[in-house]
Amino acid sequence: MRTRPDLIEHLPRLRRYARALTGDVIRADDLVQDTLERALVKLDLWQPGTDLRAWLFTLMHNLFLNQIRSHRPPDSALDDALDIPVSGGQMEALGARDIHAALARLPDQQREVMLLVGLEQFSYDEAAQVLGVPVGTVMSRLSRARERMRQMLAGEPVVQLKVVK
Amino acid sequence: MTGNVNEEDLHAFVDGSLTDARRLEVEAWLAAHPADAERVQEWVGQNQALHAAFDSVLNEPLPIHLVRAARRQASHTPYKAIAAALAVVASGLIGYGFGMVSAQQVVNSPMASTQPFVRDAAIAHAVFSPEVRHPVEVEAAHAEHLVSWLSKRVGTELKAPDFAVLGFELLGGRLLTGESGPVAQFMYQDAIGRRVTLYVRRAVAENQETSFRHVTENGVEVFYWIDRDFGYALSGQIAPGDIRKLAGVAYSQLVEVTGGS
Repeated sequence: MRTRPDLIEHLPRLRRYARALTGDVIRADDLVQDTLERALVKLDLWQPGTDLRAWLFTLMHNLFLNQIRSHRPPDSALDDALDIPVSGGQMEALGARDIHAALARLPDQQREVMLLVGLEQFSYDEAAQVLGVPVGTVMSRLSRARERMRQMLAGEPVVQLKVVK
Repeated sequence: MTGNVNEEDLHAFVDGSLTDARRLEVEAWLAAHPADAERVQEWVGQNQALHAAFDSVLNEPLPIHLVRAARRQASHTPYKAIAAALAVVASGLIGYGFGMVSAQQVVNSPMASTQPFVRDAAIAHAVFSPEVRHPVEVEAAHAEHLVSWLSKRVGTELKAPDFAVLGFELLGGRLLTGESGPVAQFMYQDAIGRRVTLYVRRAVAENQETSFRHVTENGVEVFYWIDRDFGYALSGQIAPGDIRKLAGVAYSQLVEVTGGS
């Protein structure tokens, strides 16, 4: 009987990614818990010698995708084509340091790539594997995510917009 | 001539995934194309902002329900799972969370359980030592700044031991949050890429001096000792004999700096 790997050492990173992905402590830890439970069930399918971390992130990605699907109309949000470029005029100015707000405004698919590459330091190939898309798709999402973040963060933090009503 | 540099090269530059030769070409390109250079700089800033915003999650105590969920996989048999869950409870980790003290833990230690800071040290080692691009917050190139910065945060004068005699060089350090306040982590690496981390924090309780103790925490060898107001833990996934030697070097140097004993 083979030794089963210890998942605990992966918890801090799974939590970091989930936190940044969902922007919410509770939702993030729920996602981590679901990932662990899924991992327990499927651990025998994991190939020893392959990257356990990438495998866990793949599980988390799939669960996240399911969540999005179940909470949104089926024809929205999942399609890259819906990533409509935002012109400067429509963009509310975000504080230069408000990375949380900027992340939250990225389309989910772009946010995932941004975080896998920029925060979790996955290579492009690994990110493609985690997301189940070609590397070219990873690159194009990354490119759009970074440009969009740039636009959002470039806004002068002059006016703290107050939401009226 | 730098050849053509495309969008993908610029991203790969930011993400450190270019070959050295290509990186030099992109650097040359950026020197000649300020608009691209500015974008690249902003992307680098985005990555830094992400780390600044979320790295603290790595150092949060793990919620107990997640530890349990992760541990449930240790065995197919419910008995063992229950035992593991009970062990977590028994070792006083509720709300704190990291039940990874292994069965072979204590060598020559009369203590019933590992000190929490030792567990923290092993966790911090496991979390940060595999980092390729951001293993440390402050690099060793700024060693003086690093030591004074960490000293200020931890609240007393620290010293990063010199392990050159054993082939380990200082990579840098970072500030962490332990259960009792700020903690400094120094990271070292040898020529074949092995990493060890020294975790230093102020002792919480009254002065309890200890001799070296050795535990194995989830595959990480940890030598630790408490000297006056400090707890030290040296962690690494290397042979216990090697880390013992390093600990000996650290001990002798650190005792010097704190005025001998």
